[in-house]
Amino acid sequence: MSTHHISLTVNGAIREADVEPRLLLVHLLRDVFGLTGTHIGCDTSNCGACTVHVGGVSAKSCTMLAVQADGLDVRTIEGMADGAALHPLQQAFWDQHGLQCGFCTPGMIMQAAWVLAKDPDPSEAAIREGISGNLCRCTGYVNIVKAIQQAAAEIRAAAETQTGAAVAAAG
Amino acid sequence: MTTTYEAQAPTTTPEVGGMGHARKRVEDARFIRGAGHYIDDINLPGQLWLDIVRSPYAHARIKGIDDSEAMKVPGVAAVITGKALETYGLHWMPTIAGDNQMVLPTDTVMFQSQEVAAVIATSRYAAADGVAAVMVDYEPLPVVVDPYKAMDASAPVLRPDRGEGKQNNHIWHWESGDRSATDAALAASKTRVKEHLYIPRIHVASIETCGCVADWDAVNGHLTLHMTSQAPHAIRTVLAIVAAGAGLPIPEHKIRVITHDIGGGFGGKVPVYPGYVLAVAASFLTGKPVKWIEDRAENLQADSFARDYHIDAEMGVSAEGRITALKVKTLADHGAFDSQAAPSKFPAGLFNVITGSYDFASAHVEVDGVYTNKPPGGVAYRCSFRVTEAVHAIERLVDIAANEIGMDPAEFRMRNFIRADQFPYRSPTGWEYDSGDYHAALRKAMDLIGYDDLRREQAEKRARGELMGIGIASFTEIVGAGPSHDFDIIGLKMNDGAELRVHPTGKALLRIGSQTQGQGHETTYAQIVAEELGIPASDVKVEYGDTDTAPYGLGTYGSRSTPVSGAATAIASRKVRDKARKLAAHLLEAAEDDLEWTNGKFSVKGSPDRSKTIGEIAFAAYTNYPAGMEMGLEAVDYYDPPNFTYPFGSYICVVDIDKGTGQVKIRRFVAVDDCGNIINPMIVEGQIHGGLTMGLAPALYEEISYDENGNNLAGTFMDYLLPTAMETPAWETGKTITPSPHHPLGAKGVGESATVGAPPAIANAVVDALWHLGVRHIDIPITPQKVWRLLHERGIA
Repeated sequence: MSTHHISLTVNGAIREADVEPRLLLVHLLRDVFGLTGTHIGCDTSNCGACTVHVGGVSAKSCTMLAVQADGLDVRTIEGMADGAALHPLQQAFWDQHGLQCGFCTPGMIMQAAWVLAKDPDPSEAAIREGISGNLCRCTGYVNIVKAIQQAAAEIRAAAETQTGAAVAAAG
Repeated sequence: MTTTYEAQAPTTTPEVGGMGHARKRVEDARFIRGAGHYIDDINLPGQLWLDIVRSPYAHARIKGIDDSEAMKVPGVAAVITGKALETYGLHWMPTIAGDNQMVLPTDTVMFQSQEVAAVIATSRYAAADGVAAVMVDYEPLPVVVDPYKAMDASAPVLRPDRGEGKQNNHIWHWESGDRSATDAALAASKTRVKEHLYIPRIHVASIETCGCVADWDAVNGHLTLHMTSQAPHAIRTVLAIVAAGAGLPIPEHKIRVITHDIGGGFGGKVPVYPGYVLAVAASFLTGKPVKWIEDRAENLQADSFARDYHIDAEMGVSAEGRITALKVKTLADHGAFDSQAAPSKFPAGLFNVITGSYDFASAHVEVDGVYTNKPPGGVAYRCSFRVTEAVHAIERLVDIAANEIGMDPAEFRMRNFIRADQFPYRSPTGWEYDSGDYHAALRKAMDLIGYDDLRREQAEKRARGELMGIGIASFTEIVGAGPSHDFDIIGLKMNDGAELRVHPTGKALLRIGSQTQGQGHETTYAQIVAEELGIPASDVKVEYGDTDTAPYGLGTYGSRSTPVSGAATAIASRKVRDKARKLAAHLLEAAEDDLEWTNGKFSVKGSPDRSKTIGEIAFAAYTNYPAGMEMGLEAVDYYDPPNFTYPFGSYICVVDIDKGTGQVKIRRFVAVDDCGNIINPMIVEGQIHGGLTMGLAPALYEEISYDENGNNLAGTFMDYLLPTAMETPAWETGKTITPSPHHPLGAKGVGESATVGAPPAIANAVVDALWHLGVRHIDIPITPQKVWRLLHERGIA
């Protein structure tokens, strides 16, 4: 089968590959690039275990072809922490016991990040709707919702501190 | 943002982190970074891929398999058929229930999506191409879907391979209790209520499917099997037995089963599926590592399935509102092969715990297992062997009986509960309940939810024509299989091992035979060691899942980890403490009897300043031990539980029903659980949340159903509806704590309580909303369509 050369940015680094046109993005990430934090839980886009960000937008990577990500910016769970410093969502999932087996967790964190990118202060109902394309079989979602609330508050507080510092610097 | 958790008062400091502390989970460090190590993350050099050709028919004769086109597909290395396996005697495998199951068929397929052939190729995609190119010629045969029709004398015999005298579809008959006493008690009862309940076939659908990487090393004659197993040691032994039966040179000491992180188990990763055996066979044939990863459709169509019990139950009630007797007759649909994971002597599991939380003298329970053209049935769905089916039946019957005699269902339960002073309590089917206080749990649930106010609100709404229901379930679980005198699986006693080594610097390594699938064993087992020895939990490394290093154990299911393996850990720790006492006596130049153990150190009675900490003692175990003593500080224990543990709880659910659509909305759900002493209250809370959601799922959404041709109607997540965050209510929880009198930690296990208790609470709430309209019972899942139809028939919808 013919292959296509693609080049994309994955977690800030440029990655290239020659891929079959039918190769799924999730298989590119996992099997070609070795980024196994993104998981596969179904064949029908229902479970969201494969959720990543493509071009800044949440996407189910089992329902995208690798060639569709050519030239785009892709972020996976491996790109969330800044070295040893966890992303506020990662810390909050840990603090609030928002995970058990951990299999849905990377997709759930990526989706939660997208939910908070759209609305930094979502209601509980908005959080629940926002993650309704991601299935978790272990937690019953209660602590996932709490974790997203904790992270939202921390991200807002950090943004306010930054804004305050900027105002102080400008003043 | 902090959450407070209920538990017994801890006896250790937060720094030590023994029992009762909400210690954050050790394993999460890797999971939140996407650095977990699940089966599909394993890739070995030279690895081949296995994919499976599956039957579109539920029952058909295979007239021929043509692999010539498949073999032309680039990358395809081999196609394995049943005929090929037959030459090695590997086309059938024994099941843990004492039946046989096809690995691949040689002539007949028995259910839709059954494995028909395996394609081995150099990549995931090439293997799938190969599967698409295999041509199979089928001749459809009559399909048996209905288990009642399967019992007809005229039904086709589905398993002609069984011996003489077994040429029918009846697998086994099992009964418990006293039939004549039960009949007499029922005849003497003022009120008798009867109901037929179907507990539908469902699937655990853990978000990670099943899979393995089989790695046969021909040079050293060694097999390494990386797999998703809840019971790696049992798998190793079964593989060794199968290999010996087939004359293959793979003895048990040359088999290493490794289970890495598991993305959810819930019972679905206990059985041996043909895919695992095929991968082993393929690795043996090709000399290369072979990976098999099931996709979701295969998972929902061809694994083993839970429940599928057709129950007829009758209860008697006296003039005083006391239950007198319970009679139950059940048909169990086990599909084409009896591959259930039940203890050998208990083909219906612990189903005869069906007398539940109530004190009455007479019960009789019968179950008949039946073959149909469906995948194997009888594995768990997050519940101890058949307890969910039992609890659903008794809790529905109790509600029907209360309503029939015009008594509030809470009052009826209070009147009939086993009293706290009756424990240990011998049930009419022979179980000895270890401890409980059922009145306290229900009272607490009623207080938390405001029961009396809700009943008033319901009366007002009913007067206005609105549909609101309140449902109670007061369940008793039976977990921790099990005492060796009665419990084994394929002859293996259901004990579990723990091996504890304390290093010279006071740090420790604990290895256990149970297998986490998300329960947090790396965190909680360290807390048990901390509790018993005062070694900080953060200084205890917990290992499991590698049969070359972990002590033998039957694995994690049936809420048995804490009751069995947790107890083994406590006893191993106490053995270490016994040796530590001798070392302390040597160091302190005191008699052993003069020493007392408090807060992680031995001190001389009356002279608390003369003491040695466990850390000092550990160092002495390697540097300064008395003559005649062996060096080191370690111990092993295999725990044989003297009895089951009996977690219990009372759940109350409030629903509102939309008259226009039949939609059931759960407004509130309060769960009061009693799992005895608590190791980690945060994890207990999480287990209950998850269990409740897996109780909600079959109550309202999930069912694997089949049409008359045996076609699976829920074979993807488009049709098999797992609850999302939208459907799942914000669970409210409460606790009572009644320690188990026989478990060394007073703990009972909790993983499955909520899955067992939630469905009848929800079903009872829906029926409660509709009882005044003449609705007595609705089988789960209670879909909007079922409710709408009932309302429509009554001119309401």
